[in-house]
Amino acid sequence: MTAKIGYDEVEVGTELPAGTFPVTRDTLVRYAGASGDFNPIHWNERFATEVGLPDVIAHGMFTMAEAIRVVTDWTGDPGAVVEYGVRFTKPVVVPNDGRGAVVEVSGKVAEKLADRQVRVDITATSGGQKVLGMARAVVRLG
Amino acid sequence: MALDQSFVGRSYPPTAPYEVGREKIREFAEAIGETAAAHTDPEAAKALGHPDVIAPPTFVFTITYRAAGEVIADPKLGLDFGRVVHGSQRFAYVRPVRAGDRLTVTSTIEAATTRAGSDFVDLRGDVHDASGELVATAWMKLVARAADDGAAEA
Repeated sequence: MTAKIGYDEVEVGTELPAGTFPVTRDTLVRYAGASGDFNPIHWNERFATEVGLPDVIAHGMFTMAEAIRVVTDWTGDPGAVVEYGVRFTKPVVVPNDGRGAVVEVSGKVAEKLADRQVRVDITATSGGQKVLGMARAVVRLG
Repeated sequence: MALDQSFVGRSYPPTAPYEVGREKIREFAEAIGETAAAHTDPEAAKALGHPDVIAPPTFVFTITYRAAGEVIADPKLGLDFGRVVHGSQRFAYVRPVRAGDRLTVTSTIEAATTRAGSDFVDLRGDVHDASGELVATAWMKLVARAADDGAAEA
């Protein structure tokens, strides 16, 4: 495990490069296939609205997968993640309008831990609303 | 509907092994738009110290979720699956999942509570490799909302 960011280079408050992740219906169909989660609320508008949703919504696990990319792109080693957790607070609504939705993710070093690890606090929003709560990762740096 | 408290602390036998393939990892990485070479190129993964291509961090959920599905579908538990949403998710990794792994999942119900008509179930999935070593642990909170409490979320 060799992260390209050194533990000694970062401080509490160090900001990670932010990421912008587009989500369209096509994205959700691919994610459904790759993950095996075929819940129709993620691809069938009629079903989604019948259960009271405003429209088709992204898989929470898709949003979780995108959010950690800000951390793994920063460290350079996706295997450097030691812990990762989120709460799913708001759905990412994905309209079938050719544009879909965008998830914007930022991260900041919140704590320096033992064993060359740091805790990164992650913020993920879509349409100006926070879609993940308590999104935190612990990564081992070089 | 109250959940059957006798399920709390219950562990289930390990699942049949899930064999992690390079092409499955590639497919998952592509589906999340991830282009890091460690997911597709064994040499790039080796340069980072991994014996083969590694899976993106959340990939392991596809395995633990399948295992959890068998547990929460048990009608005796009393969870209304039609109203279930994913409340939260957490992982702890001993090492990344990688191609060639044969992984089994042992699921445990850690908590089952009812508050304001909604049911909450905390499930832990311990993921072991073929040699019996722990690879990762996944914690999932499921929420079955009270019948008059709007719609599903995630």
